[in-house]
Amino acid sequence: MTTQAAAGIKKYMSVPALAIRDLSKHYDGQPAVKGLSFSIDPGEIFGLLGPNGAGKSTTINMIAGVTRIGGGTIEVFGHDNRRDYRVTRRLVGVMHQEVVIDNFFTIDQTLKFHAGYYGVRVDPAWRERLIERLGLGPHLHKVMIKLSGGLKRRFMIAKAMLHKPRLLILDEPTAGVDVELRHTLWEFVHEINREGTTILLTTHYLEEAEQMCDRIAIMHHGELIALEATGALVERLGTRGVIVHLREPAETLPAELLAWGARLDDGGSSIRLTLPPPRTTGDLLDLLGRYEMPVADLETKRAGLEEVFLQITKAAPANGGE
Amino acid sequence: MSDQRLPDFIPWLPFYTLFQKEVRRFLRVASQTLVTPVITAALYLFIFGATLGTRISVLGGFSYAQFVIPGLILMGVINNAFSNAASSLFMSRYLGNIVDLLVTPLTPAQFIMAYTLAAMLRGLAVGVVVWLISLFFATLPWAHPLLVVAMAVLSSFLFAQFGIITAIYANSFDSLAMYTNFILLPLIYLGGVFYPISILPPAWAGLSHLNPLFYLIDGFRHALLGQGDLSFTTAFTVSILMALALFAWAATLIGRSYRLRT
Repeated sequence: MTTQAAAGIKKYMSVPALAIRDLSKHYDGQPAVKGLSFSIDPGEIFGLLGPNGAGKSTTINMIAGVTRIGGGTIEVFGHDNRRDYRVTRRLVGVMHQEVVIDNFFTIDQTLKFHAGYYGVRVDPAWRERLIERLGLGPHLHKVMIKLSGGLKRRFMIAKAMLHKPRLLILDEPTAGVDVELRHTLWEFVHEINREGTTILLTTHYLEEAEQMCDRIAIMHHGELIALEATGALVERLGTRGVIVHLREPAETLPAELLAWGARLDDGGSSIRLTLPPPRTTGDLLDLLGRYEMPVADLETKRAGLEEVFLQITKAAPANGGE
Repeated sequence: MSDQRLPDFIPWLPFYTLFQKEVRRFLRVASQTLVTPVITAALYLFIFGATLGTRISVLGGFSYAQFVIPGLILMGVINNAFSNAASSLFMSRYLGNIVDLLVTPLTPAQFIMAYTLAAMLRGLAVGVVVWLISLFFATLPWAHPLLVVAMAVLSSFLFAQFGIITAIYANSFDSLAMYTNFILLPLIYLGGVFYPISILPPAWAGLSHLNPLFYLIDGFRHALLGQGDLSFTTAFTVSILMALALFAWAATLIGRSYRLRT
């Protein structure tokens, strides 16, 4: 490799995979995305989370070119996605939230068309790998209208990856899919990520995001209200709700437990609380043991994304008043 | 995907692929897109060529069948070029699979030309088959063969643009049908397919000159038979100007991604 070529590659790797600056979008005067800025490093798995209507899909559609940018800029590996759209669209692969298919054609035909739209000849080895990993082999010559919902989703993943994008966007890829596909998808996403593909994914499931993502951004009312490493976010927000069923009803709670926010329920036969970080279930059992409060049963419930949103949105109310 | 280089980019391939897909789309449903219009035209030929036509007096030295065949051929070209572009693009918008194109490096010029050429191909294919069937009823002199081809190509191009424009403005299948039933069909039937404008009372003949289809049909008939209501130059010039105007309109809509990108 020449020094010049090596310098070129080094420069390419040093620019963000995605750089969004002050991005905005309005629909009929109503803001959908407001001053959004963040960047994704090459090789990262980045989660963009938020409740319905938060502006995630609008943001993704602006990156992919489906929606016009209202204001601000989007760069993909250093290329402006309006000025250099022929480059950025080849760099990006997107699996949309809605199942989008052309009922006239088979999987095999549509995959060929899709590579052609991107101006590339299909790499046979890569195509075979996608078909094999996504279990599409036996269905290649079926027309789309005859595919099950799960197969349509699998096909959409293959379609998004066929032209070998360097940034793969998965918009709610596991919404309404079975456990098997979910596992297949996440395994494969990890696999291609290890091989260098940067991933941007949206999901409603905090646990999925927690398992998959290096960093998580949370959008609410079109704005970014949290952006941090997954571990730190979960540590900060992923609280655990606990219900302790006591063998014998209690009349009062120790002051230490009251300080954790615990309260008696069911006539004193159970204790309910949300463990304050960094307290663990083990700490709780130790404390109950010390006060000689024998435990009959224990239920724990991980705070879902809804609860995390509630916590965050309480702390950062939207300015737009949507 | 350990290889971080992008696959080699072939700039013309997005256009060729979309064109190929559009052609395969209409071939896949050939019974609707090719056979049905040909049967319709054959019925017209039978009615006006072999039955009623024999009782209608000869026009300008030609039989009624010879007179009506150019109009029927061009009607097939126009209807099918329009329908192909309009229904395909509208369906893509309606079903949402237009996003498959919007996320790709396809340029607006490639987009419009792929839809246009596929629509032209279907229109011209139907036109050729209608002409072949017409040989059973009458033969035409083909006075100016190159001009016949030029007028057919021009008409198919013009109505492909109209189809694209309609697909973009239509909000529903009903509104798409309205464009066909309330604009296209009256223009075709009142544009001189079945009768020469010269036999109309002066007021109606004057109104017919406002019908853009009149220039296409008359120009095409002139090229085939060697005579028409207008001079060929007038018919051809007006047709060219209409085609350019509709192309500019369609290109502006596609260039701005009007109603394609949100």
